[in-house]
Amino acid sequence: METSKVIHAIYTDDDVLMSAVKKVKAERYHIEEIYTPFPVHGLDKAMGLAPTRLAITAFIYGCIGLIVSIVMMDYIMIEDWPQNIGGKPSFSYIENMPAFVPIMFELTVFFSAHLMVITFYLRSRMWPFKEAENPDLRTTDDHFLMEIAVHGNETELENLLKETGAVEIKLIEKEEAH
Amino acid sequence: MYTISNKLKTFSIALIILGLLGVGYGFMTSHKSFEEVETMLAEETSHHGGGHAADTHVLADEADHSESHQGVVGDEHQVDEHTKHVEHVQHQIANRPWSALYVAAFFFFMIALGVLAFYALQFASQAGWSPVLFRVMEGITSYVLPGGLIVLAIAIASGTIGHYNLFIWMDPDVVAHDKLIENKSGWLNIGWFAVRGLIFIAGWSLYRHFARKFTIAQDSATDDSNFKKTFRISAAFLVFFIYTESIMSWDWIMSVDPHWFSTLFGWYVLSGMLVSGITVIAFISLYLKSKGHLEIVNDSHIHDLAKFMFGFSIFWAYLWFSQFMLIWYANIPEEVTYFVTRIEDYNGLFFGMMVLNFVFPFLVLMNSDYKRIPWFVVMAGVIILVGHYIDVYVMIMPATVGDRWSFGIPEISSVMLFAGLFLFIVFTALTKAPLIVKRNPFLKESEHFHY
Repeated sequence: METSKVIHAIYTDDDVLMSAVKKVKAERYHIEEIYTPFPVHGLDKAMGLAPTRLAITAFIYGCIGLIVSIVMMDYIMIEDWPQNIGGKPSFSYIENMPAFVPIMFELTVFFSAHLMVITFYLRSRMWPFKEAENPDLRTTDDHFLMEIAVHGNETELENLLKETGAVEIKLIEKEEAH
Repeated sequence: MYTISNKLKTFSIALIILGLLGVGYGFMTSHKSFEEVETMLAEETSHHGGGHAADTHVLADEADHSESHQGVVGDEHQVDEHTKHVEHVQHQIANRPWSALYVAAFFFFMIALGVLAFYALQFASQAGWSPVLFRVMEGITSYVLPGGLIVLAIAIASGTIGHYNLFIWMDPDVVAHDKLIENKSGWLNIGWFAVRGLIFIAGWSLYRHFARKFTIAQDSATDDSNFKKTFRISAAFLVFFIYTESIMSWDWIMSVDPHWFSTLFGWYVLSGMLVSGITVIAFISLYLKSKGHLEIVNDSHIHDLAKFMFGFSIFWAYLWFSQFMLIWYANIPEEVTYFVTRIEDYNGLFFGMMVLNFVFPFLVLMNSDYKRIPWFVVMAGVIILVGHYIDVYVMIMPATVGDRWSFGIPEISSVMLFAGLFLFIVFTALTKAPLIVKRNPFLKESEHFHY
């Protein structure tokens, strides 16, 4: 198992964190990860993270839900057993469509919402009994933590981070998980 | 200060003149004599083959319209039915220019009224993004007073100057033979109709007048008292508006079919109003921005307007479907005739507008990035406006011209006339005050608004 060194710089203010991120990026260091207790507006942009594609998956899931509802009701109500129920025209799908729209709508929303949430869980590796990956407990309360990989440049990195207003800087030996 | 460009001025005046000529032509060619209509109908039926088929067609058609003659047969009756049928068609042809004028007048008026409601909403909700657009909205709402008076004038003129070309309940002869309308005559009579209309227009214009006065006073004020006044009258106006808007939609739209009624009709008209109004706000803001007069409006403001266009398009579709599906499902004869005539005679328009007003905006404006691209918003907006013109068309026309509808000189020139008038009044109003409000408490936030 390989070990690698990372620096954990801890901040107590999100504005300070934001300017620190910009400075570290400007110095062309690679930020491994940032842990914050709440969403910091604009942090993803400052870190240069790619935009999420979750909305696109939701649209696709919604389309699937719509198709499922149409195929289901066309089969049940029109193809398999086209009964006369209260005089509703069950000769073709389109003739009886208004009655199906509430279900079409709900299934579209249902598929879109639930599958998107599941996608989110899978993509962010979240599930029950998962071991928490938190490097410092205080980051769930009122501290912000920036993790930067070290490649033999500890001192200059530490100096830079001190300049950015970090209240604590720790060098950590980390077991490579992958 | 913005000054209206000469090009725009000439363009709107040219539209008005061309529109007036077309409207005049429409009125002059719509008065067909009994014999003319008779030969026209005979020609039409001969195209469908056989002279005898014509008579049965007439009989079957007329059976729907007159209940009193049921069960009577004989030559004399057939002649009577024939006369009635020709008179019916003659009346429909005469109604066409009136209806075309009324549809276009209401369409442009409803844009202004929708913007007025949206404007009041921005004040009442203390929105932080919209103050940079207030003057654009005020410019558009300047059309409420003239537009409303024109719509009301056309409605009343159709029953006093014309031959009851829009509202059959204005015809005393019809009322005397129609128990259902007679029972409603306590509400549906010309005097009370006119008074109601004037009260509504007065209320809307008063709010518009004072809101405008206070925001202009706020520009040079030393405290926020004028802003607070606008806030209060906006909240009061919204209460007044939601009642009067409902009643207005029964009066001016729903009463063209006095045998039919729908509970959610007022909201349905409101949703169409709001979405077309917001679209026009986006259009005029983009136009002024492209001319360099509204630099402060950024793409996040456009994004927000496009989100409202998207949301209210879906809201409109929701109300359209709720009204349609409830009546379709229960299929009660007295209600369902409304949709039967529309589906039989206006099939393409009736369902086509669903595509224009819902499917297109839904797919086009869903993507967040596209909502920031001006030409994309304009494209979606043009579709929405065309769709909502058709919406008003399909609300009015089936009751007045029935299956004798088409898009021709009367319709197009009416749209041109009111488009020209609308542009002229709105852009003249925009020149009357600086395009950006000053000293609004939310102005800073609005200037820096980004999403």
